[in-house]
Amino acid sequence: MELIDAGQKELLQPPDVEEFRRWIRENKSPVLRDKVMDEHEAVKRFIKDGDYIGIELYGTVRCPMSIVREIVRQGKKRLRLAGQGLLEIDFLVAAGLVDAMDITYVGYEVLGLSNILRRAAESGKVKLVEWSNGALSWRFKAAAMGVPFLPVRSMLGSDTLKYSSAKVVKDPFTGIPVTLLPALILDVGIIHVHRADKYGNAQIDGISGFAFEMARASKRLIISTEELIPTEEIQRYPERTIIPWFLVDAVVVAPFGSHPGEMCYRYERDQEHLLEFLKAAETEETTQQYLQKYVYGPRNHQEYLDLIGRDRLEALQRANKGR
Amino acid sequence: MAEYSPTELMICIAARLMREARTAFIGTGIPMLAASLAKKLYNPDLIAIFEFGGIGASLEDLPRAVGEARTFYRALVATGICDVMETAQRGLIEYGFLGGAQIDPYGNLNTTVIGPHYQPKVRLPGSGGANDVGSLCWRTIAIMKHEKKRFVEKVDFITTPGYLDGPGARERVGLPAGTGPYRVVTDLALLGYDEETKRMMLLATHPGVTVEKVIENTGFELIIPKRVVQNEPPLADELRVLRTEVDPERLYI
Repeated sequence: MELIDAGQKELLQPPDVEEFRRWIRENKSPVLRDKVMDEHEAVKRFIKDGDYIGIELYGTVRCPMSIVREIVRQGKKRLRLAGQGLLEIDFLVAAGLVDAMDITYVGYEVLGLSNILRRAAESGKVKLVEWSNGALSWRFKAAAMGVPFLPVRSMLGSDTLKYSSAKVVKDPFTGIPVTLLPALILDVGIIHVHRADKYGNAQIDGISGFAFEMARASKRLIISTEELIPTEEIQRYPERTIIPWFLVDAVVVAPFGSHPGEMCYRYERDQEHLLEFLKAAETEETTQQYLQKYVYGPRNHQEYLDLIGRDRLEALQRANKGR
Repeated sequence: MAEYSPTELMICIAARLMREARTAFIGTGIPMLAASLAKKLYNPDLIAIFEFGGIGASLEDLPRAVGEARTFYRALVATGICDVMETAQRGLIEYGFLGGAQIDPYGNLNTTVIGPHYQPKVRLPGSGGANDVGSLCWRTIAIMKHEKKRFVEKVDFITTPGYLDGPGARERVGLPAGTGPYRVVTDLALLGYDEETKRMMLLATHPGVTVEKVIENTGFELIIPKRVVQNEPPLADELRVLRTEVDPERLYI
């Protein structure tokens, strides 16, 4: 294939599909085994310093925030991230745990820019490689397919491409230029779901974001779930298993695990808390105070929920419109 | 005449552009309000598509984020991002609505950095779905504030491709044929693109705005046709629905 163009940035996580196959053969067991553990054990066992991590979905929506807070508490260092998100990314960056990111979007949509990302990027502290949102998801898809790259028609002609590590080639079948996206094989994927059984068979309600692809692109996979359900329930609706047990390494039960984000059909986002965080994020000092109070302070997810308060959490449930 | 804010005017103009649309890829912010207003007032059949998987939502409540439950409340489909982007790549999605910090005469958009990429003056969020929308939807519509520092000869970073550097450039780099920027809605005017040069062209000014004012607030040479029409101000009906039904919580307006 004729190479037409190439992004100039370093490939942060070069894909090795042969190594991925061997890894899966040796580490992913089809045996049904109870994988329920608390967030402390899951993070301690499955996340290492220097790992490349992906988190799904994002910040204010079905996000595994209890796991993210535990990563900050355990101070996992030199992390590299798939940068699509809001406060889940900001917590890790603000705690000084992130070296580099394949970034597509870190910001707060209508609520504005991320001041934490701004401080990190404008001082050059975090290495950033650019991608589109579609591209990052397709990179997971390539990894999920077990192939080293996927051709797509996005990013062409842009600086997003120039500051990425994608390549452009002439398609040998049609002759048109296509962008080749390298597969993104994660060291660790972390996904929050509505329901799972003890083996890790997981169901998600509503949109699936990039959970399907990312679960299959992860060497190690931590699932946090609002609710633990019996396997008979999974077996009654097998078509609903978006993440099968053989992909999963840890199942962490985390009711209100997405707080302050929302969980569709269950609870609304905690807008007041989000605004409190965004206010704190304005300066480095108040950011650290926020982390002290809400992340380092509580020893675990239950203590965090106690700090937020039962009344408030129930109000978020009541505010939800359901289906 | 009813009082209205510049934001309300932009929303009404953008909603009118969705009158005939069948499918629209909706980015965060003003496009959400415009889609909701269009659906309630002009085009109940409009299929709003959100990047994380919501297709055909009722838009009863205004979404605050492109992935939240309101983007698929009573929707026809709740799928995932790959499926949505692939639907655009196959050519189904007509309109894509985008915001931006900077735009140039060819409709290239910047939402990544002001200044150099390394240690920029301002780090913006990044592409998100914008690059995919601008690459893959048939017609993209940008909605932004009309200021000299935003309408620049050359954007600091092409996050999302417009016509790049002129006619034929999109096709040359391999972007799908026949796609590209279509309209720009600002708080001063409605703009389009010259068929031949692919440069931005004034189409209509908003009520009380002169052509001179538009030129003054644009940092590059704008094509001014012989006849520039004036946009209708927001209608009483548009304002009522916008304020009481689309955004009663006043999240944006």
